[in-house]
Amino acid sequence: MTTDDLLRQLYDFTLTGNGPEVLSLTRQGLGLGLGPETLLYEALIPALEEVGARFERGDFFVPEMLIAGKAMAGALEILRPLLAETGAQTIGKIVMGTVKGDVHDIGKNLVNIMFEGAGFEVIDLGVQVAPEKFLDAIREHKPDIVGFSAFLTTTMPMFKANINALQKAGMRDQVIVMVGGAPVTQEYADVVGADGYAADASAAVVRAKELLRARRVVAPV
Amino acid sequence: METVLSSASRQVRIGGENPFCIIGERINPTGRKVFQEQLRRGDLARVEIDVAEQLAGGAMVLDVNMGAPLCDEAELMTRAVGLIQSRCDLPLCLDSSIVEVLEAGLAAYQGKALVNSVTAEDDRLDAILPLVKRHGAAVIGLPNDEEEIPEQPARRLELARKIVDVATGKYGIAIEDIVIDPLAMPVGADTSLVLRTLETIELLRDELGVNMALGASNVSFGMPDRGAIGAAFLPMAIASGLTSAIMDARSQQLVQAVKAADLLTNRDPWGAAWIAAHRARQAGPGPAAQ
Repeated sequence: MTTDDLLRQLYDFTLTGNGPEVLSLTRQGLGLGLGPETLLYEALIPALEEVGARFERGDFFVPEMLIAGKAMAGALEILRPLLAETGAQTIGKIVMGTVKGDVHDIGKNLVNIMFEGAGFEVIDLGVQVAPEKFLDAIREHKPDIVGFSAFLTTTMPMFKANINALQKAGMRDQVIVMVGGAPVTQEYADVVGADGYAADASAAVVRAKELLRARRVVAPV
Repeated sequence: METVLSSASRQVRIGGENPFCIIGERINPTGRKVFQEQLRRGDLARVEIDVAEQLAGGAMVLDVNMGAPLCDEAELMTRAVGLIQSRCDLPLCLDSSIVEVLEAGLAAYQGKALVNSVTAEDDRLDAILPLVKRHGAAVIGLPNDEEEIPEQPARRLELARKIVDVATGKYGIAIEDIVIDPLAMPVGADTSLVLRTLETIELLRDELGVNMALGASNVSFGMPDRGAIGAAFLPMAIASGLTSAIMDARSQQLVQAVKAADLLTNRDPWGAAWIAAHRARQAGPGPAAQ
Protein backbone atom coordinates (compact mmCIF):
# COMPACT_ATOMS: atom_id res chain seq x y z
CA MET A 1 0.00 0.00 0.00
CA THR A 2 1.33 3.45 -0.87
CA THR A 3 1.27 6.10 1.81
CA ASP A 4 -1.36 8.00 -0.19
CA ASP A 5 -3.59 4.93 -0.23
CA LEU A 6 -3.06 4.49 3.46
CA LEU A 7 -3.96 8.08 4.29
CA ARG A 8 -7.02 7.83 2.04
CA GLN A 9 -8.15 4.64 3.79
CA LEU A 10 -7.45 6.06 7.22
CA TYR A 11 -9.60 9.05 6.31
CA ASP A 12 -12.43 6.84 5.02
CA PHE A 13 -12.43 4.49 8.01
CA THR A 14 -12.34 7.40 10.45
CA LEU A 15 -15.24 9.03 8.66
CA THR A 16 -17.27 5.83 8.93
CA GLY A 17 -16.15 5.21 12.50
CA ASN A 18 -14.41 1.86 12.00
CA GLY A 19 -12.26 1.80 15.16
CA PRO A 20 -10.32 -1.45 14.56
CA GLU A 21 -9.36 -0.44 11.00
CA VAL A 22 -8.36 3.04 12.15
CA LEU A 23 -6.08 1.53 14.79
CA SER A 24 -4.52 -0.94 12.42
CA LEU A 25 -3.97 1.66 9.68
CA THR A 26 -2.43 4.06 12.20
CA ARG A 27 0.07 1.36 13.22
CA GLN A 28 0.73 0.46 9.58
CA GLY A 29 1.25 4.10 8.73
CA LEU A 30 3.83 4.50 11.45
CA GLY A 31 5.45 1.29 10.21
CA LEU A 32 5.68 2.77 6.71
CA GLY A 33 7.52 5.72 8.19
CA LEU A 34 4.68 8.24 8.18
CA GLY A 35 5.01 10.75 10.99
CA PRO A 36 2.34 11.03 13.65
CA GLU A 37 1.65 14.58 12.49
CA THR A 38 1.05 13.44 8.94
CA LEU A 39 -1.45 10.82 10.08
CA LEU A 40 -3.17 13.36 12.29
CA TYR A 41 -3.31 16.35 9.96
CA GLU A 42 -3.70 14.55 6.63
CA ALA A 43 -6.25 11.89 7.59
CA LEU A 44 -7.76 11.98 11.08
CA ILE A 45 -8.49 15.69 11.45
CA PRO A 46 -9.82 16.15 7.90
CA ALA A 47 -12.08 13.13 8.48
CA LEU A 48 -13.54 14.60 11.67
CA GLU A 49 -13.95 17.96 9.94
CA GLU A 50 -16.00 16.20 7.30
CA VAL A 51 -18.03 14.48 10.04
CA GLY A 52 -18.78 17.91 11.53
CA ALA A 53 -19.71 19.38 8.16
CA ARG A 54 -22.05 16.49 7.42
CA PHE A 55 -23.59 16.77 10.88
CA GLU A 56 -24.20 20.46 10.37
CA ARG A 57 -25.85 19.79 7.00
CA GLY A 58 -28.08 17.14 8.57
CA ASP A 59 -26.45 14.32 6.57
CA PHE A 60 -24.82 12.74 9.64
CA PHE A 61 -26.49 11.90 12.94
CA VAL A 62 -25.39 11.77 16.55
CA PRO A 63 -24.32 8.09 16.66
CA GLU A 64 -22.18 8.57 13.54
CA MET A 65 -20.47 11.51 15.15
CA LEU A 66 -19.86 9.57 18.35
CA ILE A 67 -18.43 6.51 16.65
CA ALA A 68 -16.15 8.57 14.40
CA GLY A 69 -14.93 10.42 17.48
CA LYS A 70 -14.30 7.13 19.22
CA ALA A 71 -12.36 5.76 16.25
CA MET A 72 -10.17 8.84 16.23
CA ALA A 73 -9.65 8.70 20.00
CA GLY A 74 -8.25 5.17 19.59
CA ALA A 75 -5.71 6.41 17.06
CA LEU A 76 -4.85 9.39 19.26
CA GLU A 77 -3.90 7.09 22.10
CA ILE A 78 -1.12 5.72 19.92
CA LEU A 79 -0.18 9.05 18.40
CA ARG A 80 -0.24 11.30 21.46
CA PRO A 81 2.96 10.06 23.10
CA LEU A 82 4.71 10.21 19.73
CA LEU A 83 3.45 13.72 19.11
CA ALA A 84 4.67 14.74 22.55
CA GLU A 85 8.13 13.34 21.71
CA THR A 86 8.35 15.36 18.51
CA GLY A 87 7.28 18.43 20.48
CA ALA A 88 4.40 19.01 18.06
CA GLN A 89 1.97 21.71 19.12
CA THR A 90 -1.73 21.02 19.26
CA ILE A 91 -3.80 23.68 17.57
CA GLY A 92 -5.14 24.65 20.96
CA LYS A 93 -6.06 23.48 24.39
CA ILE A 94 -9.52 23.68 25.91
CA VAL A 95 -10.74 23.06 29.44
CA MET A 96 -14.39 22.00 29.37
CA GLY A 97 -17.04 21.41 32.01
CA THR A 98 -20.73 21.51 32.82
CA VAL A 99 -21.30 24.29 35.37
CA LYS A 100 -22.07 23.84 39.05
CA GLY A 101 -25.65 22.78 39.74
CA ASP A 102 -25.97 21.04 36.40
CA VAL A 103 -25.44 17.33 35.72
CA HIS A 104 -26.17 17.24 31.97
CA ASP A 105 -23.28 16.07 29.84
CA ILE A 106 -24.43 14.66 26.50
CA GLY A 107 -24.10 17.97 24.65
CA LYS A 108 -20.77 18.77 26.27
CA ASN A 109 -19.41 15.36 25.30
CA LEU A 110 -20.37 15.91 21.65
CA VAL A 111 -18.55 19.24 21.73
CA ASN A 112 -15.48 17.53 23.23
CA ILE A 113 -15.44 15.02 20.38
CA MET A 114 -15.53 17.74 17.76
CA PHE A 115 -12.73 19.65 19.50
CA GLU A 116 -10.56 16.54 19.75
CA GLY A 117 -11.42 15.80 16.17
CA ALA A 118 -10.16 19.21 15.15
CA GLY A 119 -6.83 18.55 16.86
CA PHE A 120 -7.45 20.34 20.13
CA GLU A 121 -6.29 18.94 23.42
CA VAL A 122 -9.43 18.66 25.55
CA ILE A 123 -9.38 18.57 29.34
CA ASP A 124 -12.85 17.54 30.44
CA LEU A 125 -13.69 18.39 34.06
CA GLY A 126 -17.04 16.58 33.91
CA VAL A 127 -20.29 17.90 35.41
CA GLN A 128 -21.06 20.05 38.46
CA VAL A 129 -17.83 21.98 38.03
CA ALA A 130 -17.53 24.76 40.59
CA PRO A 131 -15.83 28.07 39.69
CA GLU A 132 -12.77 27.26 41.85
CA LYS A 133 -12.34 23.98 40.02
CA PHE A 134 -12.32 25.79 36.67
CA LEU A 135 -9.73 28.23 38.05
CA ASP A 136 -7.52 25.40 39.32
CA ALA A 137 -7.70 23.62 35.98
CA ILE A 138 -6.85 26.83 34.10
CA ARG A 139 -3.84 27.41 36.37
CA GLU A 140 -2.69 23.83 35.91
CA HIS A 141 -3.30 23.32 32.18
CA LYS A 142 -3.00 26.88 30.85
CA PRO A 143 -5.62 26.33 28.13
CA ASP A 144 -6.34 28.73 25.28
CA ILE A 145 -10.07 28.31 25.83
CA VAL A 146 -12.36 27.43 28.69
CA GLY A 147 -15.82 26.09 27.82
CA PHE A 148 -18.82 26.33 30.14
CA SER A 149 -21.85 24.16 29.40
CA ALA A 150 -25.33 24.54 30.95
CA PHE A 151 -28.59 22.79 30.13
CA LEU A 152 -30.94 24.64 32.48
CA THR A 153 -32.11 28.23 32.69
CA THR A 154 -31.33 28.00 36.42
CA THR A 155 -27.71 26.99 35.87
CA MET A 156 -26.92 29.40 33.03
CA PRO A 157 -26.21 32.20 35.54
CA MET A 158 -23.13 30.18 36.55
CA PHE A 159 -21.50 31.46 33.34
CA LYS A 160 -21.46 34.90 34.88
CA ALA A 161 -20.34 33.53 38.25
CA ASN A 162 -17.46 31.70 36.55
CA ILE A 163 -16.45 34.77 34.57
CA ASN A 164 -16.57 36.88 37.74
CA ALA A 165 -14.34 34.34 39.46
CA LEU A 166 -11.88 34.56 36.56
CA GLN A 167 -11.89 38.34 36.81
CA LYS A 168 -11.40 38.31 40.55
CA ALA A 169 -8.45 35.98 40.19
CA GLY A 170 -6.98 38.30 37.55
CA MET A 171 -7.17 35.52 34.97
CA ARG A 172 -9.91 36.74 32.67
CA ASP A 173 -7.47 37.90 29.97
CA GLN A 174 -5.51 34.65 29.99
CA VAL A 175 -8.24 32.57 28.45
CA ILE A 176 -11.00 32.71 25.84
CA VAL A 177 -14.39 31.95 27.40
CA MET A 178 -16.90 29.98 25.33
CA VAL A 179 -20.40 29.06 26.52
CA GLY A 180 -23.11 26.78 25.21
CA GLY A 181 -26.03 24.48 25.95
CA ALA A 182 -29.64 24.00 24.90
CA PRO A 183 -31.18 27.19 26.37
CA VAL A 184 -28.16 29.43 25.68
CA THR A 185 -28.30 32.12 22.99
CA GLN A 186 -25.74 34.47 21.43
CA GLU A 187 -27.42 37.35 23.19
CA TYR A 188 -27.14 35.65 26.56
CA ALA A 189 -23.49 34.88 25.89
CA ASP A 190 -22.89 38.56 25.11
CA VAL A 191 -24.67 39.73 28.24
CA VAL A 192 -22.62 37.53 30.58
CA GLY A 193 -19.44 38.64 28.86
CA ALA A 194 -18.39 35.41 27.15
CA ASP A 195 -16.08 35.64 24.15
CA GLY A 196 -17.86 33.03 22.10
CA TYR A 197 -21.01 30.97 21.69
CA ALA A 198 -22.14 28.41 19.13
CA ALA A 199 -25.40 26.60 18.64
CA ASP A 200 -23.92 23.15 18.03
CA ALA A 201 -20.76 21.11 18.44
CA SER A 202 -19.39 21.57 14.99
CA ALA A 203 -20.10 25.32 14.92
CA ALA A 204 -18.33 25.58 18.29
CA VAL A 205 -15.07 24.37 16.75
CA VAL A 206 -15.34 26.83 13.87
CA ARG A 207 -15.98 29.65 16.34
CA ALA A 208 -13.11 28.53 18.58
CA LYS A 209 -10.69 28.63 15.66
CA GLU A 210 -11.85 32.13 14.74
CA LEU A 211 -11.38 33.30 18.30
CA LEU A 212 -7.93 31.75 18.49
CA ARG A 213 -6.86 33.37 15.23
CA ALA A 214 -8.13 36.75 16.38
CA ARG A 215 -6.32 36.42 19.70
CA ARG A 216 -3.05 35.29 18.15
CA VAL A 217 -3.09 38.23 15.74
CA VAL A 218 -3.42 40.76 18.54
CA ALA A 219 -1.32 38.87 21.08
CA PRO A 220 2.01 40.48 21.95
CA VAL A 221 4.87 38.53 20.39
CA MET B 1 -53.33 4.83 41.43
CA GLU B 2 -54.86 7.93 39.85
CA THR B 3 -53.38 11.41 39.68
CA VAL B 4 -56.14 13.95 39.21
CA LEU B 5 -55.34 17.29 37.55
CA SER B 6 -57.86 19.98 36.83
CA SER B 7 -58.50 23.35 35.25
CA ALA B 8 -61.38 25.55 36.37
CA SER B 9 -63.83 23.33 34.52
CA ARG B 10 -62.21 20.04 33.51
CA GLN B 11 -60.60 17.09 35.27
CA VAL B 12 -57.96 14.85 33.75
CA ARG B 13 -57.00 11.56 35.38
CA ILE B 14 -53.60 9.99 34.90
CA GLY B 15 -53.04 6.28 35.49
CA GLY B 16 -55.38 3.55 36.68
CA GLU B 17 -57.66 2.40 33.89
CA ASN B 18 -57.49 5.77 32.18
CA PRO B 19 -56.11 6.35 28.71
CA PHE B 20 -52.46 7.38 28.51
CA CYS B 21 -52.15 11.07 29.31
CA ILE B 22 -50.68 13.15 26.46
CA ILE B 23 -48.99 16.28 27.82
CA GLY B 24 -48.23 18.71 24.99
CA GLU B 25 -44.60 19.89 25.08
CA ARG B 26 -44.74 22.71 22.58
CA ILE B 27 -45.15 25.83 24.72
CA ASN B 28 -41.43 26.04 25.36
CA PRO B 29 -38.98 28.54 23.84
CA THR B 30 -35.89 26.27 24.05
CA GLY B 31 -34.39 26.07 20.57
CA ARG B 32 -37.09 28.36 19.09
CA LYS B 33 -35.38 31.59 18.13
CA VAL B 34 -38.39 33.51 16.86
CA PHE B 35 -40.50 32.53 19.87
CA GLN B 36 -37.67 33.63 22.21
CA GLU B 37 -37.58 37.05 20.55
CA GLN B 38 -41.34 37.37 20.82
CA LEU B 39 -41.20 36.51 24.51
CA ARG B 40 -38.48 39.08 25.04
CA ARG B 41 -40.89 41.67 23.64
CA GLY B 42 -43.64 40.31 25.86
CA ASP B 43 -45.54 39.02 22.83
CA LEU B 44 -47.54 35.85 23.63
CA ALA B 45 -49.28 35.51 20.25
CA ARG B 46 -47.32 32.34 19.48
CA VAL B 47 -48.60 30.72 22.66
CA GLU B 48 -52.15 30.94 21.34
CA ILE B 49 -51.16 29.15 18.12
CA ASP B 50 -49.31 26.47 20.11
CA VAL B 51 -52.39 25.94 22.28
CA ALA B 52 -54.69 25.57 19.26
CA GLU B 53 -52.37 23.17 17.42
CA GLN B 54 -51.86 20.93 20.42
CA LEU B 55 -55.53 20.91 21.26
CA ALA B 56 -56.34 19.87 17.70
CA GLY B 57 -53.63 17.20 17.83
CA GLY B 58 -54.92 15.50 20.97
CA ALA B 59 -53.17 17.05 23.98
CA MET B 60 -54.88 16.34 27.31
CA VAL B 61 -52.61 18.53 29.46
CA LEU B 62 -50.35 21.37 28.28
CA ASP B 63 -46.82 21.91 29.53
CA VAL B 64 -45.96 25.61 29.88
CA ASN B 65 -42.30 26.65 29.92
CA MET B 66 -41.32 30.32 29.59
CA GLY B 67 -37.58 29.75 30.05
CA ALA B 68 -36.21 32.15 27.47
CA PRO B 69 -32.91 33.76 28.44
CA LEU B 70 -32.97 37.42 29.54
CA CYS B 71 -36.71 37.50 30.14
CA ASP B 72 -38.73 38.01 33.28
CA GLU B 73 -39.74 34.38 33.35
CA ALA B 74 -42.06 34.74 36.37
CA GLU B 75 -44.01 37.55 34.74
CA LEU B 76 -44.26 35.64 31.46
CA MET B 77 -45.46 32.55 33.32
CA THR B 78 -48.18 34.52 35.08
CA ARG B 79 -49.37 36.01 31.81
CA ALA B 80 -49.12 32.73 29.88
CA VAL B 81 -51.17 30.84 32.48
CA GLY B 82 -53.91 33.50 32.33
CA LEU B 83 -53.91 33.52 28.55
CA ILE B 84 -53.96 29.75 28.12
CA GLN B 85 -56.67 29.28 30.71
CA SER B 86 -58.80 31.81 28.85
CA ARG B 87 -58.33 29.88 25.58
CA CYS B 88 -58.78 26.25 26.64
CA ASP B 89 -59.89 24.13 29.56
CA LEU B 90 -56.97 21.69 29.66
CA PRO B 91 -55.05 21.38 32.94
CA LEU B 92 -51.52 22.78 32.80
CA CYS B 93 -48.10 21.46 33.68
CA LEU B 94 -46.06 24.42 34.98
CA ASP B 95 -42.50 23.90 33.84
CA SER B 96 -39.51 25.78 35.20
CA SER B 97 -36.34 25.09 37.14
CA ILE B 98 -36.78 28.43 38.95
CA VAL B 99 -38.81 28.25 42.16
CA GLU B 100 -40.18 31.80 41.85
CA VAL B 101 -41.50 31.03 38.38
CA LEU B 102 -43.33 27.95 39.64
CA GLU B 103 -44.71 30.05 42.47
CA ALA B 104 -45.94 32.73 40.05
CA GLY B 105 -47.54 30.10 37.81
CA LEU B 106 -49.27 28.40 40.71
CA ALA B 107 -50.57 31.72 42.04
CA ALA B 108 -52.10 32.56 38.66
CA TYR B 109 -53.48 29.08 38.01
CA GLN B 110 -57.10 28.05 38.49
CA GLY B 111 -57.46 24.38 39.34
CA LYS B 112 -54.96 21.68 40.26
CA ALA B 113 -51.76 22.00 38.27
CA LEU B 114 -48.86 19.62 37.71
CA VAL B 115 -45.54 21.17 38.79
CA ASN B 116 -42.59 20.28 36.56
CA SER B 117 -40.41 19.51 38.46
CA VAL B 118 -38.45 18.70 41.60
CA THR B 119 -35.24 16.64 41.79
CA ALA B 120 -34.07 14.45 44.67
CA GLU B 121 -31.68 17.18 45.86
CA ASP B 122 -32.46 18.23 49.43
CA ASP B 123 -32.54 21.97 48.75
CA ARG B 124 -34.83 21.53 45.74
CA LEU B 125 -37.20 19.29 47.69
CA ASP B 126 -37.38 21.82 50.52
CA ALA B 127 -37.94 24.73 48.15
CA ILE B 128 -40.55 23.22 45.84
CA LEU B 129 -42.58 20.71 47.85
CA PRO B 130 -44.01 23.30 50.30
CA LEU B 131 -45.30 25.23 47.26
CA VAL B 132 -46.87 22.10 45.83
CA LYS B 133 -48.57 21.38 49.14
CA ARG B 134 -49.75 24.95 49.70
CA HIS B 135 -51.37 25.12 46.25
CA GLY B 136 -52.74 21.60 46.37
CA ALA B 137 -50.89 20.75 43.17
CA ALA B 138 -49.29 17.55 41.88
CA VAL B 139 -45.56 17.35 41.13
CA ILE B 140 -43.19 15.58 38.78
CA GLY B 141 -40.13 14.14 40.57
CA LEU B 142 -36.86 13.67 38.68
CA PRO B 143 -34.68 10.95 40.19
CA ASN B 144 -31.38 12.77 39.86
CA ASP B 145 -29.31 14.33 42.61
CA GLU B 146 -26.43 16.78 42.81
CA GLU B 147 -23.98 14.14 41.64
CA GLU B 148 -25.41 12.79 38.43
CA ILE B 149 -28.28 11.66 36.28
CA PRO B 150 -28.01 8.01 37.29
CA GLU B 151 -28.01 5.43 34.53
CA GLN B 152 -28.85 2.42 36.67
CA PRO B 153 -32.58 1.72 37.19
CA ALA B 154 -32.01 0.66 40.81
CA ARG B 155 -30.40 4.02 41.61
CA ARG B 156 -33.25 5.88 39.90
CA LEU B 157 -35.72 3.88 41.99
CA GLU B 158 -33.79 4.75 45.14
CA LEU B 159 -33.93 8.47 44.35
CA ALA B 160 -37.61 8.23 43.36
CA ARG B 161 -38.27 6.59 46.70
CA LYS B 162 -36.49 9.44 48.44
CA ILE B 163 -38.71 12.00 46.65
CA VAL B 164 -41.83 10.04 47.58
CA ASP B 165 -40.71 9.65 51.20
CA VAL B 166 -39.91 13.33 51.65
CA ALA B 167 -43.05 14.52 49.85
CA THR B 168 -45.43 12.26 51.73
CA GLY B 169 -43.61 12.10 55.09
CA LYS B 170 -42.26 15.60 55.54
CA TYR B 171 -44.75 17.64 53.51
CA GLY B 172 -47.94 15.58 53.64
CA ILE B 173 -48.38 15.38 49.89
CA ALA B 174 -50.47 12.39 48.79
CA ILE B 175 -48.54 9.74 46.86
CA GLU B 176 -51.15 10.07 44.09
CA ASP B 177 -49.92 13.59 43.55
CA ILE B 178 -46.34 12.51 42.87
CA VAL B 179 -45.53 11.65 39.28
CA ILE B 180 -42.05 10.22 38.78
CA ASP B 181 -39.98 10.84 35.65
CA PRO B 182 -38.15 7.61 34.71
CA LEU B 183 -35.73 9.74 32.63
CA ALA B 184 -35.80 9.25 28.88
CA MET B 185 -32.34 9.58 27.35
CA PRO B 186 -31.28 9.93 23.70
CA VAL B 187 -30.90 6.55 22.04
CA GLY B 188 -28.49 8.18 19.60
CA ALA B 189 -26.01 8.88 22.38
CA ASP B 190 -25.98 5.26 23.52
CA THR B 191 -28.27 2.55 22.22
CA SER B 192 -28.54 0.87 25.63
CA LEU B 193 -30.04 3.94 27.34
CA VAL B 194 -33.66 3.38 26.39
CA LEU B 195 -33.56 -0.15 27.80
CA ARG B 196 -32.47 1.40 31.13
CA THR B 197 -35.49 3.72 30.92
CA LEU B 198 -37.87 0.85 30.22
CA GLU B 199 -36.41 -1.14 33.13
CA THR B 200 -36.84 1.90 35.36
CA ILE B 201 -40.49 2.21 34.34
CA GLU B 202 -41.12 -1.42 35.27
CA LEU B 203 -39.31 -1.02 38.60
CA LEU B 204 -41.24 2.13 39.50
CA ARG B 205 -44.52 0.45 38.59
CA ASP B 206 -43.75 -2.69 40.59
CA GLU B 207 -42.06 -1.11 43.61
CA LEU B 208 -43.82 2.25 44.05
CA GLY B 209 -46.92 1.93 41.87
CA VAL B 210 -46.71 5.65 41.10
CA ASN B 211 -47.74 7.44 37.96
CA MET B 212 -44.97 8.47 35.62
CA ALA B 213 -44.23 11.14 33.03
CA LEU B 214 -41.18 11.48 30.81
CA GLY B 215 -40.00 13.71 28.01
CA ALA B 216 -40.59 11.41 25.06
CA SER B 217 -38.85 13.61 22.48
CA ASN B 218 -35.51 13.14 24.25
CA VAL B 219 -35.41 9.57 23.00
CA SER B 220 -35.07 10.45 19.33
CA PHE B 221 -32.73 13.44 19.76
CA GLY B 222 -30.01 13.52 17.13
CA MET B 223 -31.61 10.84 14.97
CA PRO B 224 -33.40 10.98 11.63
CA ASP B 225 -37.07 10.01 11.27
CA ARG B 226 -37.80 10.95 14.85
CA GLY B 227 -41.53 10.36 14.59
CA ALA B 228 -41.13 6.66 13.88
CA ILE B 229 -38.77 6.26 16.85
CA GLY B 230 -41.23 8.00 19.15
CA ALA B 231 -44.10 5.95 17.78
CA ALA B 232 -42.22 2.75 18.63
CA PHE B 233 -40.92 3.96 21.99
CA LEU B 234 -44.19 5.18 23.48
CA PRO B 235 -46.12 1.90 23.12
CA MET B 236 -43.12 0.00 24.54
CA ALA B 237 -43.02 2.38 27.52
CA ILE B 238 -46.78 2.15 27.95
CA ALA B 239 -46.57 -1.65 28.00
CA SER B 240 -43.89 -1.33 30.71
CA GLY B 241 -46.15 0.88 32.82
CA LEU B 242 -45.66 4.49 31.72
CA THR B 243 -48.86 6.46 32.30
CA SER B 244 -48.14 9.85 30.71
CA ALA B 245 -45.57 11.65 28.58
CA ILE B 246 -44.61 15.17 27.71
CA MET B 247 -44.54 14.83 23.94
CA ASP B 248 -45.29 16.41 20.58
CA ALA B 249 -49.09 16.32 20.69
CA ARG B 250 -49.27 17.86 17.21
CA SER B 251 -47.83 14.72 15.64
CA GLN B 252 -50.59 12.40 14.50
CA GLN B 253 -48.02 9.63 14.15
CA LEU B 254 -47.25 9.84 17.87
CA VAL B 255 -50.81 10.44 19.04
CA GLN B 256 -52.09 7.50 17.00
CA ALA B 257 -49.34 5.24 18.36
CA VAL B 258 -50.44 6.19 21.88
CA LYS B 259 -54.12 5.63 21.10
CA ALA B 260 -53.35 2.24 19.56
CA ALA B 261 -51.34 1.33 22.68
CA ASP B 262 -54.35 2.35 24.82
CA LEU B 263 -56.50 -0.01 22.77
CA LEU B 264 -53.98 -2.83 22.96
CA THR B 265 -53.51 -2.53 26.73
CA ASN B 266 -57.23 -2.51 27.53
CA ARG B 267 -57.54 1.20 28.26
CA ASP B 268 -60.06 1.76 25.48
CA PRO B 269 -63.08 -0.51 26.19
CA TRP B 270 -64.62 -1.90 22.99
CA GLY B 271 -62.18 0.24 21.03
CA ALA B 272 -64.72 3.02 21.20
CA ALA B 273 -62.22 5.88 21.27
CA TRP B 274 -60.15 4.31 18.48
CA ILE B 275 -63.19 3.92 16.23
CA ALA B 276 -64.51 7.38 17.07
CA ALA B 277 -61.17 8.93 16.12
CA HIS B 278 -61.25 7.07 12.82
CA ARG B 279 -64.76 8.37 12.05
CA ALA B 280 -63.74 11.91 12.97
CA ARG B 281 -60.88 11.74 10.47
CA GLN B 282 -63.13 10.27 7.78
CA ALA B 283 -65.69 12.98 8.33
CA GLY B 284 -63.27 15.34 6.67
CA PRO B 285 -60.49 17.78 7.31
CA GLY B 286 -61.58 18.92 10.71
CA PRO B 287 -59.07 20.42 13.09
CA ALA B 288 -58.08 16.95 14.32
CA ALA B 289 -56.94 15.76 10.89
CA GLN B 290 -53.56 17.28 10.10
